[in-house]
Amino acid sequence: MDLKLGKTIFDISHENTIGVMPPAPGVAASDKSWQIPAEFLRESAIDWPEVSEPEVVRHYIQLSTLNHHIDKDTYPLGSCTMKYNPKINDRAASLPGFVGLHPETPDADCQGALQLMWELAQDLAEITGMDDVRLQPSAGAQGEMVGLLIARAYHRQRGENRRTVIIPDSSHGTNPASVTLSGFEPVPIKSNADGLVDPDVLASVLNETTACIMLTNPNTLGLFEREIKRIVDMAHAKGALVYNDGANTNALLGLARAGDMGFDVLHLNLHKTFSTPHGGGGPGAAAVGVKKHLIPFLPGPAIVRSETNGIVQFKRQSPDPLSIGSVHTFFGNFGVLVRAYTYIRSLGAPGLKRVAEDSILNANYLRTLIKDAYDIPHAGPCMHEFVASASRQKKNGVRGGQIAKRLLDFGVHPPTVYFPLIVPEALMIEPTETESKERIDAYAAALLAIAKEVETNPDFVNAAPHTTRVRKIDEARAARDLDVG
Amino acid sequence: MEYTSHTDQSRREMLAAIGVRSLDELFKAIPADVRQKTPLRLPDGLSQSEVDSLLESLAGQNAAAPDVISFLGGGIYNHHVPAAVDAVSFRSEFYTAYTPYQPEVAQGTLQATYEFQSMIRRLTGMEVAQASLYDVGSALAEAALVAIAQTGRRKLIIAGTLNPRFRSVLDTYLSAQNTAIDVAIGSDGRTDFAKLSALTDDQTAAVIMPSPNYFGSLERWDEGANVAHRHGALFITVFYPISLGLIKPPGDCGADIAVGEGQSLGNPPSFGGPLLGLFAIKKEFIRRLPGRLIGRSVDALGQTAYVMTLQTREQHIRREKATSNICTAQALLATRAAIYMSLLGKQGIAQLARTCSDRAHYLASRIAGLKGYSIPFGASFFNEFVVEAPVAARVVLDQLRRRGIIGGIELGGRFPGFDRRLLVSVTERHAPAMLDRLVEELRSAASGTATDTSTKSASYSGRDMTASERR
Ligand SMILES: Cc1ncc(COP(=O)(O)O)c(C=O)c1O
Repeated sequence: MDLKLGKTIFDISHENTIGVMPPAPGVAASDKSWQIPAEFLRESAIDWPEVSEPEVVRHYIQLSTLNHHIDKDTYPLGSCTMKYNPKINDRAASLPGFVGLHPETPDADCQGALQLMWELAQDLAEITGMDDVRLQPSAGAQGEMVGLLIARAYHRQRGENRRTVIIPDSSHGTNPASVTLSGFEPVPIKSNADGLVDPDVLASVLNETTACIMLTNPNTLGLFEREIKRIVDMAHAKGALVYNDGANTNALLGLARAGDMGFDVLHLNLHKTFSTPHGGGGPGAAAVGVKKHLIPFLPGPAIVRSETNGIVQFKRQSPDPLSIGSVHTFFGNFGVLVRAYTYIRSLGAPGLKRVAEDSILNANYLRTLIKDAYDIPHAGPCMHEFVASASRQKKNGVRGGQIAKRLLDFGVHPPTVYFPLIVPEALMIEPTETESKERIDAYAAALLAIAKEVETNPDFVNAAPHTTRVRKIDEARAARDLDVG
Repeated sequence: MEYTSHTDQSRREMLAAIGVRSLDELFKAIPADVRQKTPLRLPDGLSQSEVDSLLESLAGQNAAAPDVISFLGGGIYNHHVPAAVDAVSFRSEFYTAYTPYQPEVAQGTLQATYEFQSMIRRLTGMEVAQASLYDVGSALAEAALVAIAQTGRRKLIIAGTLNPRFRSVLDTYLSAQNTAIDVAIGSDGRTDFAKLSALTDDQTAAVIMPSPNYFGSLERWDEGANVAHRHGALFITVFYPISLGLIKPPGDCGADIAVGEGQSLGNPPSFGGPLLGLFAIKKEFIRRLPGRLIGRSVDALGQTAYVMTLQTREQHIRREKATSNICTAQALLATRAAIYMSLLGKQGIAQLARTCSDRAHYLASRIAGLKGYSIPFGASFFNEFVVEAPVAARVVLDQLRRRGIIGGIELGGRFPGFDRRLLVSVTERHAPAMLDRLVEELRSAASGTATDTSTKSASYSGRDMTASERR
């Protein structure tokens, strides 16, 4: 029977239906002095649904069929690195010795987990060219906050109260949000016609109040900041630090290292580059890497390795007194760290380099296939992604967002739309390295077909999607007649 | 092992289409002086079979449930995860999608999250629950930021009984410009209300109070709310979701914001991550809500459909003025929690809370009867409590460990004067026989008779229990 849209788990609830029943207490009741007084007890039962296990399973399995996902088909959501994630990562993260491990377990009883974290940090330091790496943040945005708090602590330690952080106007929304959260003021700078940071524009805002320049390299247009060394030198000359939002590191593996470019601090989105399935919006994990002068400020805990009489031991060490503190209740999203480790061990150095190469190859190939039909404002070659514009299509009355909706009819996921903000009608496309030539050909064919439709039948495109189970959704109504459960 | 579908042939064809002769030509945007000249120094890549063995060996070096009997809690609890939670959440459709930016092809994630929000709202008795934050630590920090923004004040009054790990995350987030003041712990292991009242004033943005608190004791949330509201401050509670099967929820006690750790709702301990930050709030503060919120609407055919809503609060639209910087959150854990809560249902959660609580009280009363041991705090508790041993807690824990038991969390390092105290937690995974076993081992640890070296005892572990003992 077909799924009835909108029927919630509450709608299929029937009183006294049992799903999974936990065991009965099975112990003698303790005497009154031990009992919880009535004033603490809830007055009525929680109105959770009452549904049998078979019906719960069917409900959520039927819902799941309404999702697009990377295991089904192309998902080139720019900046999100929606690559195929090896299944072995998930198997590794599900091993009983990992999932059953309690975070308060004493060091001697979690040597395997500590060793994994220690090795992963070492590997990431090598991959990025940084001097030390910590694994605590839960996602990229929290990694940004960590990097910025480190910058603040560093300047304070030197007796300086620098208040501003320079960010290009092409930056991801989390960058300015993290700047404010960390107690700084953002100073946006305009990108130049090539889509890059203009050293002259930078010079005009860089001064003694600048705590940090926050760059994304390659940037959100999929372009490598060619003047990176000069930018870093300019910043350092003014006493500012340079931060790399390393969300786009997929393009750099084995090709170039942020540390060698002179960055002082960076974060990596482990769930993207190092391959954890995105789970509908997390969990992710971030690593934060720094150069020597910033090591004391890193968030805790550090995993340290020692060797005595041939016996190797790992332990969690409280952070340095200068540390910015903790950003996670425990040690970060360990399950994601297991996947990153598994991925690095599977691929090795040549495999990782191949990831970067193929991601760049795929992006340039797709770019070539569609470049006559769509405007591509910045010159190629691009790195792992590129940004096209639907400006030409807009003249026919079809906006970028509608091209995205029409793509849904082809069974693929659209690019990121309307971001970065500096490209009008932006379509930000990141095919990733795991897409085959045939898949990219098919994606390009869809985009070209849509470009034709825009010329011949724009209304049809504007009414898309036509074939999805759910059609265009009234977002204004969702906000106006708020029903959030 | 590589995960590419390309061959040298397909690569050549693609390069030709692009109009370059080699891959290197594509990388010319990377200036020569930052191009990496030598290969990364990493161990060689492994086959899948080898990777499996490597990871199995690392996992095997950890003392994890069920191979060890553990009474560790302190914010993370080893509750049973029903098989259907794994089976359904491991579906690629949930597992390998991303944030529902295109709602027409993300209704699975969206509706599951909407139902999650609804069940968390019902659990907490609050008016609105959002879609997920990283963990309880960051959820608490976000709650404090809401209170600071809402009141325009900067002082936080924090129960000293708050889990110190939650507290550290809060400190890091708020290090910028705020003052936090701890309220001393009373002799019953709860907040000292006289001190709380004295410290709270018209500069206070929020009063923060957990229950059960770090020591497992139940706090008087309603009194905390009175103190906060008397001074125009917000009242923020930190809850443990399973306890709410039995305990009066934050919404019934005057909470303005309720945060909790959702790991116990169908997610394994996993060495403390990924976790699930739960965040529920009064509707009047909804514009300050951090992170994603899923709302119900209709599509062009008039069918019910779900979509991310009130997005103008969020970083991708609001940038530096956003209510939070969070983007990727913990969606999969929220989906798992939705499945979990649906499976347990109204009756299951009540039974679960009852079992955890009854077993914990049984254990506590038995330990209290042991010579030399006591339960030092008189306050009521849910499933976790402090034990005072006749000797240093470390000595007892080492002794237990030799017998295959991790007895609890040592409190001495974090709380001065607590050297003989440990924190013991009980869930439905602790069969009555395991509780009796702990009591016996504690007795021997105190009397120093635990030198019995018979092989059975020395190698004792969860694995050695018979099936009936484990139930
Ligand atoms: C360039 C860039 N920076 C930062 C982020 C934030 O990362 P996360 O979503 O893991 O917080 C993202 C992704 O969303 C990104 O693409």
